[in-house]
Amino acid sequence: MNDVRLRVNGVARQTAVPDHESLLTTLRERLGLPGSKNACEQGECGSCSVLMDSELVCSCLVLTAGADGRAIETVESLGADGVLHPVQQAFVDAGAVQCGFCTPGLIVAAYALLRENPEPSDLEVREALSGNLCRCTGYGTILAAVQRASRAMYRR
Amino acid sequence: MPRVVRTRVELEGRMTDELALVEGKDLPGWTGERTIVGTPTTRIDGAQRVTGRARYTQDITLPGMLHVRFVRSQHARARVVRVDDTRARELRGVRAVLHRSNLPKAPFRGEETIFREEARFVGEEVAAVCAESEETAAAAIRLVDVEYEVLPHVVDLEDAISEQAPRLDEKGNVSESGSHSRGDTERALRDADVVVDATYRTSTQLHNSLETHGAVAHWDGERLTVWESTQHVFGVREGLHLALGLPYSRIRVICEFMGGGFGSKGGAGKYTIAAALFARQLGAPVRCVYTREEENLAAGNRSATLQHIRVGWTGGRTGRISGLEHISYSNSGQGRWVADPTGPTNTLYKIADLSTKSYRVVTNAGSLSAFRAPGYVEGTFALESALDELAEQVRVDPLELRRRHATSIDPLMALRYTQKRLLDCYRIGAKEIGWSRRKRGGTPGSAEHRRRGMGMASQIWFGGGGPPAFATVHLNPDGTAVIRSGTQDIGTGTRTILAQICAEELGIGVTDVRVDIGDTDAPYGPISAGSLTLASVGPAVRQAAADAREQLLGAAAGVLEVGKRELRVEGGRIVGTSRQTTIEEIFDQLKNYTVIGRGSRFPNPSETALNTFGSHFVQLEVDVRTGEVFLEKIVAVHDIGRVVNPLTAASQVEGGIIQAIGFALTEQRVLDRATGRVLNADLEEYKVPTVRDVPPIVVRFVDVPDRRANNLGARGLGEPPIIPTAAAVANAIANATGARVRTTPMTPDRVMAAFAASRA
Ligand code: FES
Ligand code: FES
Repeated sequence: MNDVRLRVNGVARQTAVPDHESLLTTLRERLGLPGSKNACEQGECGSCSVLMDSELVCSCLVLTAGADGRAIETVESLGADGVLHPVQQAFVDAGAVQCGFCTPGLIVAAYALLRENPEPSDLEVREALSGNLCRCTGYGTILAAVQRASRAMYRR
Repeated sequence: MPRVVRTRVELEGRMTDELALVEGKDLPGWTGERTIVGTPTTRIDGAQRVTGRARYTQDITLPGMLHVRFVRSQHARARVVRVDDTRARELRGVRAVLHRSNLPKAPFRGEETIFREEARFVGEEVAAVCAESEETAAAAIRLVDVEYEVLPHVVDLEDAISEQAPRLDEKGNVSESGSHSRGDTERALRDADVVVDATYRTSTQLHNSLETHGAVAHWDGERLTVWESTQHVFGVREGLHLALGLPYSRIRVICEFMGGGFGSKGGAGKYTIAAALFARQLGAPVRCVYTREEENLAAGNRSATLQHIRVGWTGGRTGRISGLEHISYSNSGQGRWVADPTGPTNTLYKIADLSTKSYRVVTNAGSLSAFRAPGYVEGTFALESALDELAEQVRVDPLELRRRHATSIDPLMALRYTQKRLLDCYRIGAKEIGWSRRKRGGTPGSAEHRRRGMGMASQIWFGGGGPPAFATVHLNPDGTAVIRSGTQDIGTGTRTILAQICAEELGIGVTDVRVDIGDTDAPYGPISAGSLTLASVGPAVRQAAADAREQLLGAAAGVLEVGKRELRVEGGRIVGTSRQTTIEEIFDQLKNYTVIGRGSRFPNPSETALNTFGSHFVQLEVDVRTGEVFLEKIVAVHDIGRVVNPLTAASQVEGGIIQAIGFALTEQRVLDRATGRVLNADLEEYKVPTVRDVPPIVVRFVDVPDRRANNLGARGLGEPPIIPTAAAVANAIANATGARVRTTPMTPDRVMAAFAASRA
């Protein structure tokens, strides 16, 4: 077992994990944060997307033991106090959520994109979200949601 | 007083006669403008889903919870001679191992246990390990020693049909599963001036719901509670009842949120039974959730098909179809049924001489399970491709050919449809895509090596719903309401549309309605499949809301000392001729009284056919050097009666089209014939469409209430949008290039091969 210290959503957390445990498993099973979803554990779907030191990663591919000292932000950090973050609100308003299983990962990925690039082009959004699979929507509403969020956040 | 009525019930094309319980009188259809139903409404559970607060089955964590993993056969066909679990049980953290020899009897889908003596596909469950952690369970399955006697196998559809194939069933690998014939097809084909004779193939498509199959079971000593990612909580309860021999009252199944099913999550799975058995045996909660690989080995698929069509034509450019024969073979794997691809052929057009046959082929591959419009996607690809080939040969516009064979009567049952607006779909779609610009032989594309083409295809599906379906509406003292029904929201937006229906009928706001579904402790709800949830549960909810409203008005009349007829509910207030008051004020006087409205789904009108219709139009470009297909625009037009929520309805259509694009262009399970292994049981090699692959999609609805269908005038929409797209794509490719691709997915190499064939 490895003792690991993480800063998760602004809070210092400490836990002991086996060598091969992924950050996704640690978040979901040990730290009580099941918002990040497990849909493949192969880095192929983006459902487990989180920010690690502000960088977008698939948490299923990150070993917790190697993430000691890192700052992690999950979907649970967005939309505090019952008020949705503009990215979340945009997903609801645009109808970009169906079963919602891909949604937390997409929200984190879209949030990461808009922080770097406040007014992305359609092509840039597609590029940025191409690692996030959704089996329910036609993606069109997701593209619309990101543009809507960009407007709400930066182009008021 | 509830009473019993006899009625015909349809699920995915299969009809059964059943008894249904109804209460009171059905409501007449709504007249006039609606303010809530028909208005685009965002999801009432959207906030839970975007914040990560929505709890899916894999998110259920209970104190002391154990984890299950399966030992799976590595052989396509082998007798399980012996299972030795000694080494596995010695591993620290392993709590129990179940296999053939120590398993309590657990009848499952016609077999007496969940572990069969003969494993019949790579990935079939052979044993299950229950351990304190997922990691330990995963390690322990490698320590279970299984002795196999390997037997000859066959996995490929066409191999299995051949005489040389090992016989997997006493009666042979091929068995007839359905047939229909009218007129004299042989003669009509013989007399025809032109006959198109073509063979079409579709590949195995994997559901790949983002949330894999799984269950969490908890046994409290008296009652079993199971959380499951399912399309049918009552179906899971039934499966557990049969397998464990527990009475219904001691089983509760819950599915609050689930991450897609697309037909594959219709009832209890082996993971459910295993989790429940361990939970009872060990007295601890147990979770069993499939990995992506397990999902793609053992959780079902859309059958690969081989289809032969012969279709004749007489009478030149003003002629008609003269005879159609459609013979189809489906690779059911280890499944016991066939999703019949000849359904659309039997019903879509007015063709006097027609003969269809459908065969099930067993192989050593994972079982089929219903996959969004099972059979209809595969069959429509063949039928609608063949009709275009015919149109091309006889030089008739493909849309005109279809119009010429339109029928307002179901040709199979000789019954009039409650409503059929397919011709309107054609008209709207043709205008939207610019069909008049379509040229025979296609047009030049955006670059020298690109050709542009247009294609279209039609669609028929069921989706009329029916009984049994029940709901109650509970009116709270603060004027808000709760809907309770044992249906479930599989991602389609069921909660939202039910809230809209309730709010509309009750006279309160959508946000004042909470929807408690996905629980067998609520009144019965049917499976969320076959596009029937809205049309089945919706009318029952409307009835329950109306019942609640009437009771409320009765109570209000008593409190206000006026006649009930003078009162109505509007915008959450009780409105009378002389005064207004809030619902809250009425309840204030009554204290501790809850209004509970009850609603049931009444039978469909007899002697009518109840179906959904639509057509898709595709414009695309083909790179003639590489065979790559670039979708430029898709127009989808559907007739589903009244549209309850244009926002969720459009999402359904777009999502269906994207899955269809996968089916048409990229998705295929690849099996190694020598070993029977699935070579792409992951999301890397199995190509689900991404955000890069989506073209602009235009969604239109005819949106005319189907007054004869049910008290909402609405039919279902889950399946229709996945049905016609692939054929429309194939037809557009043929229009652009003259090359006819008869196999899905239409990958660049297949498109290139079709070029070569068209030039030869
Ligand atoms: S679960 Fe991490 S990418 Fe799919
Ligand atoms: S909404 Fe279901 S996977 Fe995206």
